[in-house]
Amino acid sequence: MKTHEEDGSNGVADGEGIRGAAIPGAFGGTRGSAMNSAESGISPLRPLYWSVRRELWENRSIYVAPLAVAAVFLVGFFIGLIRFSERMRAAAALGPLQRQEAIEQPYVFVAIMLMAIALIVGVVYCLDALYGDRRDRSILFWKSLPVSDVTTVLSKASIPILVLPLVTFLVTVATQFIMLLVSSVVLAAAGMSATALWTHVPFFEVSVTNFLHVVVFHGIWYAPFYGWLLLASAWAKRAPLLWATLPPVAIGVVERIAFNTSHFAATLQYRLFGSMESDAPADKMTMDMLEFGPLGQFLTSPGLWVGLVVTAVFLTAATRLHRSRGPI
Amino acid sequence: MAYIEARGLRKTYGATVALDGIDLEVEDGRILGLIGPNGAGKTTALNAIVGLTPYEGHLNVLGRNPWTERDQLMRDVCFIADVAVLPRWIRASQALDYVAGVHPRFDRAKAEAFLAQTTIRPTSKVRELSKGMVTQLHLAIVMAIDARLLVLDEPTLGLDLLYRKQFYDSLLDDYFERSRTVVVATHQVEEVQHILTDVVFLDRGRIVLHRSMEEVESQYREVLVHPDKLATARTLHPIHERQAVGRSILLFEGLDRQQLAGLGEVRTPSVTDLFVAVVGGQGDTR
Repeated sequence: MKTHEEDGSNGVADGEGIRGAAIPGAFGGTRGSAMNSAESGISPLRPLYWSVRRELWENRSIYVAPLAVAAVFLVGFFIGLIRFSERMRAAAALGPLQRQEAIEQPYVFVAIMLMAIALIVGVVYCLDALYGDRRDRSILFWKSLPVSDVTTVLSKASIPILVLPLVTFLVTVATQFIMLLVSSVVLAAAGMSATALWTHVPFFEVSVTNFLHVVVFHGIWYAPFYGWLLLASAWAKRAPLLWATLPPVAIGVVERIAFNTSHFAATLQYRLFGSMESDAPADKMTMDMLEFGPLGQFLTSPGLWVGLVVTAVFLTAATRLHRSRGPI
Repeated sequence: MAYIEARGLRKTYGATVALDGIDLEVEDGRILGLIGPNGAGKTTALNAIVGLTPYEGHLNVLGRNPWTERDQLMRDVCFIADVAVLPRWIRASQALDYVAGVHPRFDRAKAEAFLAQTTIRPTSKVRELSKGMVTQLHLAIVMAIDARLLVLDEPTLGLDLLYRKQFYDSLLDDYFERSRTVVVATHQVEEVQHILTDVVFLDRGRIVLHRSMEEVESQYREVLVHPDKLATARTLHPIHERQAVGRSILLFEGLDRQQLAGLGEVRTPSVTDLFVAVVGGQGDTR
């Protein structure tokens, strides 16, 4: 505003004083400044990178939710530390298996909690990802920029499949490290050795296991679900949650009535929960380090690859829909 | 080369025909006003031009097929749909960051200089801004993009008079600076007519008139007819007749000034009057 008179370039002066926020009529001194020289050298990955950042700006719950859960958990954990040295003494009297269980229990618990919250955030995110932009009409702004629909959909798919698992992993590792560190200090203050703690919760090995659970398992194994949710969110004119849940339920019901079988429901159930009981890597929520064998098995299992193909099909369909859908 | 080239452009939504075979050429350096009543197909036509909607027929924009090459096309085309399309959660600085990240022709310094003249702070979120300020932000982004074609769809809808005037003044200034090609759709004719070089009237999915402003000035005459000359004037086949302050105003096409001089005061019709004559006249018989 104040610069406008100096700028002195155009005919919008009338009403300026009234409004106090006039649209400036010209660019004044910046005229003829150098244009962006990256013209032809723009990498195809740049729009993808910025689109992922854009998602993080819009959906801060991607990192705020895990951090909040970790913070709440740590508060509870720290309060519990008041009687920690007593419990460690009591644990020492237990048999090896029960002792292991007693000591690692809070570490397993926080890891599971963070995985659960990541799952919830992922589902909520996906249902809104391609729906919210249409509902608030901002799709017209995003589509006015040189970013392809493929890039947009890929950036949104990368959030639950890649970014959320990585964030969850990092938060889990950091939380567990803080827990171990503070526990050790408490033990040292009570004149006890922390060795037992670090043997029962081997930090590095626990972290590697966690990486496999969260990043490989949650990201890649659940990818078809996220793909489906994104498809529903690209399709729905309202209530994406219903569009995401009703078709699978309908298929299950029709199969049940028509053939009296439940293969579809069983397949879904296996995909969601079943692998935890089977030979897949995340078969049990312990922090055992005997999971490397099954990792190879997991990566060569047809279930994983069929899932990725299904994900690709869903994402392709979502891209096509996103391309032709306008604001709602 | 024509920047926009449409032949038999057609678009239907179920049984509704939004565009009923449009032929249109827009040359480099023109400012075309796409004018029509609600539901005439303006938005559909512009959406097709910027690749937001599939269509039937032939459409070529800057040498590209907009539907299959939207992301490439958008390097050279700026599009403002209407004032409310910036996402409400975004901060001004984030909007600039993002566009700078994805747009090879965006000059961030220019956009920042533009914003510095407004009361918008870089940390302001769109949801905290007034409608007029959101338009300023959008305009700051669009003006800082070195595009060849600017497409505007009711860009000042819902803005008050001052913001509307300033919007078009900014645009006009930028136009003479860089001589861009502009297509602007609106039904608020009077506020754009002074910047247009061409005018297209769209009604029910069809182009009913396409003239340059020079042609409008040379081909159309409006006469405030003396009451006693009214019968004579009517024999000259006016295309429209209306009453204003007790006088009959007749609109003629293709007659020159001498033929009409004796009937009354002769002047060039405004685009609004021409629009009412051409489109509204048909409307009477609907």
